[in-house]
Amino acid sequence: MAKKMEAPKMFKPKMGKKELELLGKLTNALAVSGDEQEIRQIVMDELEGFADEMRVDHLGNVLVTKLGKGKKRLRVMVAAHMDEVGFMLIKDEGKGIFEFRTVGGIDPRQLVGKQVIVGRDHVPGIIGAKAIHLTTPQERKQVLPVTQLRIDLGPGGSTKAKPGDRATFATELQVLGPTLCAKALDNRLGVYNLIQLVKNAPENIDLLAAFTVQEEVGLRGAKVAAFSFNPDIGIAIDSTPAFDLPDYHGEENTQYRTHLDGGPAIYVMDGATIADRRLVDWLVDTAKAENIPWQFRQPAPGGTDAGAIHRVREGVPSVSVSVPGRYAHSAAGMARIDDELNTLKLLHAALARLDEKILLRQE
Amino acid sequence: MTFELIPFLKDMLSAPGLSGYERPIRDIISRAWEPLSDELSLSNLGSLLALKRGEGPEPRPTVMIAVHMDAIGLMVTAIEDGFLRFTQVGGVDPRILPGQPVIVHASNSEPKDLPALVVMPPAQLLPKEAGTGPLAQAYLLVDTGLRAKDVEKLVRVGDIISFASKPEELAGDTIAGHTLDNRASVAAATVALEMLQKRRHQWDVVADATVQEEVGVIGGLLDPIKIKPDLAIVVDVTFATGPGGSGSTNFELGGGISMNWGANVHPALYKALEETAKDCEIPIYKEFSPSMSGTDAYGIQVAEEGISVVEIGIPLRYMHTPVEQVAIKDIQRAGRLMAEFITNLPLDFMNTVKWE
Repeated sequence: MAKKMEAPKMFKPKMGKKELELLGKLTNALAVSGDEQEIRQIVMDELEGFADEMRVDHLGNVLVTKLGKGKKRLRVMVAAHMDEVGFMLIKDEGKGIFEFRTVGGIDPRQLVGKQVIVGRDHVPGIIGAKAIHLTTPQERKQVLPVTQLRIDLGPGGSTKAKPGDRATFATELQVLGPTLCAKALDNRLGVYNLIQLVKNAPENIDLLAAFTVQEEVGLRGAKVAAFSFNPDIGIAIDSTPAFDLPDYHGEENTQYRTHLDGGPAIYVMDGATIADRRLVDWLVDTAKAENIPWQFRQPAPGGTDAGAIHRVREGVPSVSVSVPGRYAHSAAGMARIDDELNTLKLLHAALARLDEKILLRQE
Repeated sequence: MTFELIPFLKDMLSAPGLSGYERPIRDIISRAWEPLSDELSLSNLGSLLALKRGEGPEPRPTVMIAVHMDAIGLMVTAIEDGFLRFTQVGGVDPRILPGQPVIVHASNSEPKDLPALVVMPPAQLLPKEAGTGPLAQAYLLVDTGLRAKDVEKLVRVGDIISFASKPEELAGDTIAGHTLDNRASVAAATVALEMLQKRRHQWDVVADATVQEEVGVIGGLLDPIKIKPDLAIVVDVTFATGPGGSGSTNFELGGGISMNWGANVHPALYKALEETAKDCEIPIYKEFSPSMSGTDAYGIQVAEEGISVVEIGIPLRYMHTPVEQVAIKDIQRAGRLMAEFITNLPLDFMNTVKWE
């Protein structure tokens, strides 16, 4: 007699003290593309004992395998990039003043007058600007390029950092009413969600969790991770811009990309990927069945790790799901706690109802 | 020690106090000055005056120490879909605003402080003339992270917005934060008051944390009429060398304090203070302000029948950004120079202050 199927454990994500503490650890960490050690360590410590296998590959991806039970399990790769945009010091000018360059896409208009942290020890520094009193009206019309800006650690700071060290904004996670406000919500929200998925993995699939590196400089980690895992399906989880601000002239904002409070953003197409139609339907059907709010991300440029995953080996059907967030790639972004929890809920529910039939449908 | 410099400075740097809204910073200064003075009072517009009496026979002459306590910041002008438009209070370069953490002091909220961000809307939501260069203040918004219906309830037009960057100690005994202009000088005045506790001095001393300097030296113009000082020492920040500051009017951070030479100051007073600095081995830069230093010095100089003024500058990097930076040593130097000078002031000192 077949063993009676156990009802799947209800998964109800919440954002309590413990969860916020983990998210704070993740967003406050300094892990600029190419130097992800700090966040890698947090992920590995967090998942110690939860995985069937956990390893670090040649590029620094953390590859975690969580096997399911039963036959004909799909191998599902879920990828969340760990890296963030930031800076690298390139020249010590003496007395704690360093020339630097940006890593990843940062608008130079976001740099001036910011506090930063530098290196593994998070040495505090600042990016200043010429006093307004000393500038001409003509100068104030010019964007200060990164080549003219400096990271200042204070006189004597030259012993505390060196060229080659990475730096990022010094922002720490804050909760503003219904909203999370932090740096690097792109993509520590994805990292957080993937940690929770591994800890609460549904047993109908083999969950291949890829905490990837170097997404912000060209999806490099995801490419090799997908090759290693050789999955049946790829899902990139990330945070995507919500341009849901008012139009200057009060016109309707038709280019919002996503809305805060609109729920998880399901991708149909972005600059790098046309999402697999079967996977889009699967996510939408799940959201409807489970009464989870959801939205399509407006088809538009931009990309996620799915852009690399779907082109690996003979091709991997892929899709992306993101938490909508405002002001990515700046000192501080914002995302709604509700959107974050609904994204995690949708991902978990969708994975839990996934079987091999999904790939039998022809498109 | 009745006060500790760095914690006091950090307290001040964590408090708002925009021009015209100085109450929060005044309360902090008031707590520090109360035990260091004989009498505290307020001017009609809110300047804080701390009188420390001298030992000379009445009527004693009075030396005024003027340090403005107000801060630059922003003010709400409109609420749109839960986002705030704003104008500025004092001189803010809009280029420092995008991504800046701020606090909205919401009239109808309890507690009143709403942490928020200054944000830059994406190009597609802006008119073409906004361009790709620095965004004018009119295009920027403040986001409190709250939902539109709550923002409408809590915030009203005219609410003030202050910078929220936290003070941070950096290498080389420097400190960075918003509004070190001019709280570094308030700290220096406090150092002076503290040193005078153990000194004997003939003159009355009035330390004045002035209001509304950033919007037209208002306290500087009015307070001398209340205090009627015989001479005044103005302390404000000046430009330090560093990124964005390399001219002949920039001075090395931590290398000493500046003394102003120009139309605002009485040359004889300058020389007297310079002599004190030499005697005490306090390094001094001579700062040339040919016509105008842009501080309370102007207001005091032209008050009533005119007042003899001398001016001390504390070198500071990145003025009017939320990451201003000063060296603690320079604050101590400014405080000590004033204390030494006041200690040695003879009752008939003004007779020696001559135009020649």
